Amino acid sequence: MFEWGPIMLAMGILIFGVAGAAFLTWWERRLLGFWQDRYGPNRIGPFGVGQVVADMIKLLLKDDWVPPFADRMVFVFAPTAIVVAMMMGFAVVPFSPGIQIIDVNIGLLFFLGMTSLAVYSVLLGGLASNNKYALLGGLRSASQMVSYEVFMGLSLMGIVMMTGSFSLVEIVKAQENVWFCFSQALGLIVFVIAGIAESHRLPFDLPEAEHELTAGFHTEYGGMKFAMFMLGEYLGLMLISAMIVTLFFGGWMGPSLIIFEINWLPPVAWFTIKIIFVINFFVLLRAAIPRPRYDQLMSLGWKVMLPITLFNLVITGAVLLWLQEGGL
Amino acid sequence: MLELTLFYIASTVALFATVLAMTRTNAIHALIYLIVSLLAIAVIFFLIGAPFAAALEIVIYAGAIMVLFVFVIMMLNLGEKGDARERQLLQPHVWLGPAILSLVLLVELLYLISTVEGPASSGSVSPKSVGLALFGPYVIAVELASMLLLSGLVGSYHLGRRYLDRGL
Repeated sequence: MFEWGPIMLAMGILIFGVAGAAFLTWWERRLLGFWQDRYGPNRIGPFGVGQVVADMIKLLLKDDWVPPFADRMVFVFAPTAIVVAMMMGFAVVPFSPGIQIIDVNIGLLFFLGMTSLAVYSVLLGGLASNNKYALLGGLRSASQMVSYEVFMGLSLMGIVMMTGSFSLVEIVKAQENVWFCFSQALGLIVFVIAGIAESHRLPFDLPEAEHELTAGFHTEYGGMKFAMFMLGEYLGLMLISAMIVTLFFGGWMGPSLIIFEINWLPPVAWFTIKIIFVINFFVLLRAAIPRPRYDQLMSLGWKVMLPITLFNLVITGAVLLWLQEGGL
Repeated sequence: MLELTLFYIASTVALFATVLAMTRTNAIHALIYLIVSLLAIAVIFFLIGAPFAAALEIVIYAGAIMVLFVFVIMMLNLGEKGDARERQLLQPHVWLGPAILSLVLLVELLYLISTVEGPASSGSVSPKSVGLALFGPYVIAVELASMLLLSGLVGSYHLGRRYLDRGL
């Protein structure tokens, strides 16, 4: 009953997750530089990739300081919550047939639960800092994330209806003929926007909005505790990308399966290629779109996204019933 | 056997976290322990074969309702004053009465548990069967709950609207 496979995979995810997040800090800055017509970090090592090591050394050598006015226990606990929750989220991601830590029949709900637990990190970090900018950042993140969680969950219910299961493996298998990005295009749009808001990245990084809140919820954080927040943010980015690929772009299945009936690449490679595409898309969004005002963000959520998701749900349900009755 | 061990670990965590949640004077610390207790209960749900209930426990209770609790505490920002008031609530004459009454209920519950024979049900309940049950025999409960939520929605809209008309 005790198997080594999942444990090895969990260790692999831990190592690849941390290394990937570190690599992404450099990759994102280079891409942003490319899109904004400048260089980005290009001094240390080939293409500046040594910048990752330099940043890590700097973060490790910094004084690990807790402000005397902060709530010490919560202050130290907060950065770990986001990393743990995001890492747990990877447990249900099907990397390829058979390569998955656990395939449960509530896989999708597990992912939603873990992303909703990650909220506490920002919330408690902002509260424990005992600083008004941090508190404002925490307050913003609470309402932003609770609101966008609603659309995030609802946008996926169309997929659940079409698959008839919460299991992520079943969802990937249901996309054998056509990916859900076509039949659930509205769901995809809402999920991508809600995903950015959930991982609080630009353009929706209002919890930290530099120009108005100094650094928002992590104003008082420095050194490795700050690094944990950044690690959590990049893990969140990878997790959201992995979920977008799994739910809307056929997971591990390559286009070759449909067109040529041969497979030139192993499933894991297809999965990785798709994830890299989605991550680059998120970086492009960050480079292209300015940050909205806070009330604009909330009204976009409740006045545009909620009607779209409900419309998508009704249409999906109606079409499914119609097909069940025999269709044309 | 493994399941039994896991169950006892999870229930011990839940009990300790709940007791700590009641005795902390700092509201945020109490809420963190309450969240831990909810997560432990989610583990118990998973172990006894109700994965759907476990997932909802995490998504709704730990992930949404408790976030709103923390949100309210952040807005009120009680600080030291709140601590002092909480400490007054922990004096014996405040909690002794409720504790005795709960003890009576606990004894009754223990007696009832000892009379039940064997596990009530075994096997896992899939999300699909939960849905079929909710929209089959229990559809009235679903409808009533949705009406309750609708009234809550209308009420909060009304409160918010009056606030907006004052020009704020």
